[in-house]
Amino acid sequence: MNDPEPIQSQATGGLPISVRGLHMSFGAQEVLRGIDLEIKAGELFVLMGPSGSGKSVFLRQLIGLEQPTTGEVLVDGQSVTDETRHRARMAMVFQSGGLLNSLTVAENVGLYLREHRLRPPSEIARIVSEKLRLVQLPDDTSEKYPPELSGGMRKRVAIARALTMDPQLVLFDEPTSELDPLVALTVGREILRLNRQTQATTVVVTHDRDLAFGIAHRVAFLAEGRIQALGTPTEMRANPLPLLQQFLAADFTPQ
Amino acid sequence: MFRDLGQMLLLLGNTVRGIPQAFRRRRAVGEQLYEIGNASLFMACMLSFFIGGVLALQGGAVLVHRGLGSQVGGLVGLSMCKELAPVMMAILIAGRIGSAMAAELGSMQAYQEVDALRTMNIHPIRYLVLPRLIAIAIALPALVIFSNIVGWLGGAFIASFNPDIAVPYATFMASLKDMVRMRDILHGLLKSFVFAIAIGTISCHHGLQTRGGPRGVGRSVTKAVTNSIVLVLLLDYILTRILLPFDA
Repeated sequence: MNDPEPIQSQATGGLPISVRGLHMSFGAQEVLRGIDLEIKAGELFVLMGPSGSGKSVFLRQLIGLEQPTTGEVLVDGQSVTDETRHRARMAMVFQSGGLLNSLTVAENVGLYLREHRLRPPSEIARIVSEKLRLVQLPDDTSEKYPPELSGGMRKRVAIARALTMDPQLVLFDEPTSELDPLVALTVGREILRLNRQTQATTVVVTHDRDLAFGIAHRVAFLAEGRIQALGTPTEMRANPLPLLQQFLAADFTPQ
Repeated sequence: MFRDLGQMLLLLGNTVRGIPQAFRRRRAVGEQLYEIGNASLFMACMLSFFIGGVLALQGGAVLVHRGLGSQVGGLVGLSMCKELAPVMMAILIAGRIGSAMAAELGSMQAYQEVDALRTMNIHPIRYLVLPRLIAIAIALPALVIFSNIVGWLGGAFIASFNPDIAVPYATFMASLKDMVRMRDILHGLLKSFVFAIAIGTISCHHGLQTRGGPRGVGRSVTKAVTNSIVLVLLLDYILTRILLPFDA
């Protein structure tokens, strides 16, 4: 399949994120133990770490789906509420895709525009078609329902849906989980290309080392509820931190 | 329990505040109405026919024995419209529709569809709960009207064909018309409207409170059905007490 024509985004660039003293507990279990982090506007930032380290919880804090126990998240200098999320056009691509199974692919992708009455129906149909082409989904996908699609296609539909918001901040939760390496590569390239095209600040949470080092401007390593290491992919590979090196070196090679 | 009750009242309040947007949700309301009708109408008719029949059989035998056979129609008519049709239809709807609502919303919660709506600033209560609540509030009273008619016919059928009762159809209907007033039917419909709001609110609440995967959905469904039935019976007593002075 040929690359589709690039689409001019209406986004006005990304938004900076500032995380200060973030703690999150569920009952007696402290998942995040004090996170301080600055993410630059337009940056493609990857948060990497083992399963259960609190990456997804952190992402939900960034978009305001959960409130921290203590600390704060500021997006463009403002704490995240329903109103700021709307104004800042923050989008999230969920691990499961988060597509509404009762709607077709086209209805899912156009949901944001339709519900907020941002465009007339004919224009929504055009935008939906453009966004589906952008994520390289065939035209006949639009009338299918999410359960009829493969995992990779569902992820790409979710990306297309996020793009209709012309977001200034996009969050990806485990975008390559449950995907075979080839589809994972395609999704990773989509994220990279979208970040370049839209200049939206992009935060990706993953335990996929290849994805993290392949697309990130900067990578943070989250373990035991804290950011243990932070730097460019090159700096992270050279970081001698035992926890990080153990994570990076883990493979199936017989001992 | 009190926290659940408070959350349900908040859910109901938020849904009521969204009523001005109901017209925008008319397609979803229509789909829900179809689901409810499609899932319940045949079952409601079957249930009502036999309830009416059993009423005629039980009550008819006693009344005929005491020389009051001509009153069987009134007994069946009043019992159906004031009590049995609203309560039995509410229990049927709690089992069939309440469980489906809790399961559907629970799955949407478990598979992050509700979170996805929130990130798009689409109010999950107005998008998901409002059409369901409107649909059930229309559908349950409508089912009760069906149930009354079918129940009366069931009673008339049994009363006329059972040799121990043998009350002719015309006598049965004359008694029914004589004793059942429009006010009695409206009392039953008012009850069913309140039951519908209770079932819809409880089912949507438990669906949206789902935590965990399929086991969480299963727990939500069980809670939705049992709590709905208990509340329907409690509300039935309270409403009967409130409406009793108006029967005089």
